[in-house]
Amino acid sequence: MATTATTGSRGKVKVTSSGVEVVQRRRPLSTTLTYVGVVLICLWGLLPFYWMIVTSFRDVGYTFDTTPWFTHVTLDNYATAFSTARGNHFGRALGNSVVIAVAVTVIGILVGVFAAYALARLEFRGKFYVLGLILGASMFPGVALVTPLFQLFTNIGWLNTYQALIIPDISFVLPLTVYTLTAFFTEMPWELEESARMDGCTPGQAFRKVILPLAAPGIFTTAILAFTAAWNEFLLASQLGGDKVQPVTVAIASFAGAQPHQEPYTAVMAAGTIVTVPLIVLVLVFQRRIVSGLTAGGVKS
Amino acid sequence: MSATSGVATGEYAQGKPPLKPAKRASLHDGSGRRAALLIAPTIVLLAIVILYPVVSAVSQSFTKDAGLDPATGMFVQGGFAGVSNYKLWLLQDCGSGAFSCPPGTLGSQFWTATGVTFLFTVVAVTLETVLGMIFALVMHRKFKGRAILRASVLVPWAIPTAITAKLWYFIFAYDGIANHLLGTQILWTGDGWAPKFAIIIADTWKTAPFMALLILAGLQVIDEGVYEAAKMDGAGAWKRFVHITLPLVKPALIVAVLFRTLDTLRMYDLPAILTHGAGNTSTLSMLVVDQVRSGFNAASALSTITFLIVFLVAFIFIKFLGANVTAQKAPKAKKAG
Repeated sequence: MATTATTGSRGKVKVTSSGVEVVQRRRPLSTTLTYVGVVLICLWGLLPFYWMIVTSFRDVGYTFDTTPWFTHVTLDNYATAFSTARGNHFGRALGNSVVIAVAVTVIGILVGVFAAYALARLEFRGKFYVLGLILGASMFPGVALVTPLFQLFTNIGWLNTYQALIIPDISFVLPLTVYTLTAFFTEMPWELEESARMDGCTPGQAFRKVILPLAAPGIFTTAILAFTAAWNEFLLASQLGGDKVQPVTVAIASFAGAQPHQEPYTAVMAAGTIVTVPLIVLVLVFQRRIVSGLTAGGVKS
Repeated sequence: MSATSGVATGEYAQGKPPLKPAKRASLHDGSGRRAALLIAPTIVLLAIVILYPVVSAVSQSFTKDAGLDPATGMFVQGGFAGVSNYKLWLLQDCGSGAFSCPPGTLGSQFWTATGVTFLFTVVAVTLETVLGMIFALVMHRKFKGRAILRASVLVPWAIPTAITAKLWYFIFAYDGIANHLLGTQILWTGDGWAPKFAIIIADTWKTAPFMALLILAGLQVIDEGVYEAAKMDGAGAWKRFVHITLPLVKPALIVAVLFRTLDTLRMYDLPAILTHGAGNTSTLSMLVVDQVRSGFNAASALSTITFLIVFLVAFIFIKFLGANVTAQKAPKAKKAG
């Protein structure tokens, strides 16, 4: 590969007008390698996920069938996943996850927008320390919250309530939203806000009428990231929640089979598919935005 | 970015050369107070959800568990415990001197858990970095269908870790597809090294693509002209990678490695669901959760230790490896102060 590249570049130096021809001569090998790489990366990302979907549609008697395509197709596993006969409450858990993730996202965005605006837009003393504090908060190990919050929530009778799962989630969603939004806000055309203020808008009006619409895509992207993070939470929910408010991650992890110690693999794969597919669709539709959101928070330098 | 816009408007507003003090006087009247008001809700919420638990965990870690006093048979409140909760973990002192914790007790598992947590972190993050770099280099090339590629690397990222763990639990089942494809009959969630590999494989699958995206963002800001110049000087692909790509992508790379390292050090969901700690795969976070059921205050000491380990590693990264996590903001803050 190295020699091809070197000859190619030497050719390019010699003749500028026939540069196109040289570039095309150089292409085959590296293009082939690129496409091999692309295919391997796609397989890496998709194969295990594909296996989950195939299994979720496979008759339970053929759980360990290794045929790589859809065989013995049935919808029974989806019915089993939602069945409450074995003490599983997947349907309810799905609702709980929506309630918790939406609440966490809304609170995280509402509070985070203001902080991010201040951090991106205003000059003030101690800004560096505020950023450091928020970054420090995002590095915090979730397990350190378990003991004190468990005791606190026991004392005030909050175990097995929605607020007991929603409030702790703020600890990792809020730093995420502030950080991502700050990165978005820093890159916005703030001249427009100045013009609006010169036209007689108050700072509040300028923010609502000019900045907020411009910021909407960034806020939306951050909301997806926050929702995903809250939807994925497991540790705190497994310790501070109970049957009534259990989110899907905890529900699926403790799915019971027909007999004790029997793992209901196909039903678990069906439940996993239900939980994952909406997120995957969201990711497919907004992949460009999500990538920019993921990489906005610090890596861009 | 905002500095340039500020200068432009300053000129426009006052018809004066863009002097910084003037700009600040006109644009940021009372911005300190406004900033404080805007930031206050975030600080208050973080204080409630993080600062309160930290302070209470640290104070609990120096307290004895309430319970029956073996000497009198009476129920007693905890009281000050000194560093005994820390000695339980660090010195395996279950009450009668160092190394008195019998095998099998939680206290005796501390160093194993620390070791395996660091093992996962070092091995998984190394694999993820190497693979992420390769993925990023492929994704950086121009070809049709980049959107498909980007979407498929986001799939592992979008699947909740608990579901990932269940998926790999199925893949690694005794009759599962992994053993079938490899032609082996390994008990992946049993004893020995297999469960450790299982966790590392599942974690690498999930996060190498994420690492690739972060590295790709770093690659995209490198000026193509540098490569052209190097090519003309006769630098081969490998030389260009080592002498141009690596140094220029280093800031993005270090931040990505830092975030992944901290995530892996506090790993809980994946091993808890995939192996349930089989084959000594209990991480520090899992040990804390196990301990919660048998004594809060010792659990608080362990979670404080975990917190200090994570903090120390972050500190080392930022101090000695030069991870600049607030790259864009630091100069501006200086200007204000």
